[in-house]
Amino acid sequence: MTTKTRKTLPPKFGPYGGQFVPETLMPALRELEDAYIYYKDDPEFREEFEHLMHTYVGRPTPLTYASRMTEHLGGPKIYLKREDLAHTGAHKINNALGQALLAKRMGKTRIIAETGAGQHGVATATACALLGLECIVYMGTVDMARQKPNVFRMKLCGTEVRGVDSGSQTLKDAINEAIRDWVTNVDTTHYLLGSALGPHPYPTMVRDFQSVIGKETRAQIMKAEGRLPDTIVACLGGGSNAIGIFHDFIPDEDVELIGVEAGGHQISGGEHAARFADAEVGRPGVLHGCFTYVMQDGDGQIALTHSISAGLDYAAVGPEHTWLRDEERAYYTYATDEEALEGLQMLSQLEGIIPALESSHAVAEVLKRAKTMSKDQILVINVSGRGDKDLDTVIGALEGA
Amino acid sequence: MSQPVDKITAVFQQERPAFIPYFTIGFPNYDVSLDVIEACVNNGADIVELGMPFSDPLADGPTIQNSTQIALKNGITIPKCLQAVTDLRARGVAAPLILFGYYNPLLNYGLEKAVVDAKAAGANGFIIPDLPPEEADDLDQFCREHGMGFIYLLAPTSTDDRMQLVAEKSTGFTYLVSVTGITGARTGLSETLSEYVAHVRGFAKTPVAVGFGISTPEQAATVGELADGVVIGSKLIKLADAADDPAKEVGAFVKSIVDAL
Repeated sequence: MTTKTRKTLPPKFGPYGGQFVPETLMPALRELEDAYIYYKDDPEFREEFEHLMHTYVGRPTPLTYASRMTEHLGGPKIYLKREDLAHTGAHKINNALGQALLAKRMGKTRIIAETGAGQHGVATATACALLGLECIVYMGTVDMARQKPNVFRMKLCGTEVRGVDSGSQTLKDAINEAIRDWVTNVDTTHYLLGSALGPHPYPTMVRDFQSVIGKETRAQIMKAEGRLPDTIVACLGGGSNAIGIFHDFIPDEDVELIGVEAGGHQISGGEHAARFADAEVGRPGVLHGCFTYVMQDGDGQIALTHSISAGLDYAAVGPEHTWLRDEERAYYTYATDEEALEGLQMLSQLEGIIPALESSHAVAEVLKRAKTMSKDQILVINVSGRGDKDLDTVIGALEGA
Repeated sequence: MSQPVDKITAVFQQERPAFIPYFTIGFPNYDVSLDVIEACVNNGADIVELGMPFSDPLADGPTIQNSTQIALKNGITIPKCLQAVTDLRARGVAAPLILFGYYNPLLNYGLEKAVVDAKAAGANGFIIPDLPPEEADDLDQFCREHGMGFIYLLAPTSTDDRMQLVAEKSTGFTYLVSVTGITGARTGLSETLSEYVAHVRGFAKTPVAVGFGISTPEQAATVGELADGVVIGSKLIKLADAADDPAKEVGAFVKSIVDAL
């Protein structure tokens, strides 16, 4: 394929995104972009993907009316997009399955992935078991210790989990190690990146695989209410569940889009992962191949982050979110660890749904926001995952203290 | 008037291939790292790559990763790296010095300021392993304006059109990554290295230096037959790490490489 006839996708969202990677990977990113452009519109690929999304993942996931929570808060009608009911317990499977199918068509026999909380690792391990692909997942040793059940789930699915001892031994270091593996084994290996970040084409491709969330939500809310929601709220680590539910609504300017970052202990003091909320440490920079908002120190070294939820505990945010924020099309706020725990308990007690600690940040924002909204308004929370994986952390926080 | 980049180019006028060691500023501490770099030059190194530490060095293997993490613990920042260049010049080190580091700290420091301050300190150019030509327009332009070298990398995976792209842009020399992989000593050289170097020469408008995975005088001699320059990094870090007198140990190793070339 020559340069002149190559079809490409836009590599940036405004100034954000791009491909800040070692030269060794540039041809692989091009190969991936070419394959994605070809297969995303290939009827056979689409049919296989959609068939598996339906018969294996369990899509469409329901849109549940949260009647008791609505009544309790006395504000807008609250609906829950139930990604917690997708196979493996979170939205991560949408992207993992899409990329694994693509990798198989590209002739890659070996899949590598990074994971923080383990949800993306489990989703990737699952997709690889289903499709018969070799799978290696990099995970920080600190995260392995706090997410033992997910480590075991991956191993049960036949995946090799490699502990990462370097740096802070968490998600960012797992990504570094996965990239190093990819640089070394790029001929045979597909890097199955788990969020809408990293070098182009990942932010676009992951968003596309996750945009099923928003498309279903639109159809479901139209059926239930006959109109679009006023507000959609989603938590935001790298931002794949948020961009997944936001994307289909971006042209609908009356639909307010709210992303909720991890406020950690609190913003002052810097122990958080709220890239947009803390001007001391959050500013445009480059991490893992992508120009976006990055938490960094005065010398441009990547800052250590903190969140009670491992899935939000990351120093950078997907580039499309940074662009949506600049354009004032989406708004970004944060919830602290403590607020997220309240959100988790509230949804559990009122609706019998235990959300993941990540998703609990979105619930926490709704507890605040509902008071400012009226009863004739409609709000959708993306419940991006279920909370089973977090029980140890929650028990520790609620009963250990 | 001669510009900093011209001093890099001039190195390749000599008969034998250039030897280009890499060493991390601030490993095992600031003073010893300068001693080591000075010893490299005193023992025949033609150009030195000065490693600037970054928290997330994704193109580096464990040896250089470890050295840069120690450098960070020792408080090495971009200003401190520029100070190192000034201090090396004050010690009388005349060889071209190339700053080797990841993009974000430079972006954070300010790209034009980084180029201007590096030039004022006495550096000759930059190598940024996570900045491919597609993303390098700003830094490239500042380097050109101020006569600083900007050395781009090519890899065994690079396609012909990318070789063309890099050939148009690279100044000083072009850095050929010898293996599909990260930095670090390896036991054997790639069997296709000769073919690969010859192929790149069809495009390159600068001298070509080969690095990654080279660690012995024999390997250096083999690479020197093919390329205009040989880069060694991880092996020097390993030697310095194990030595009682890192400058002496690394200096002797550098001499053995230069003698072999």
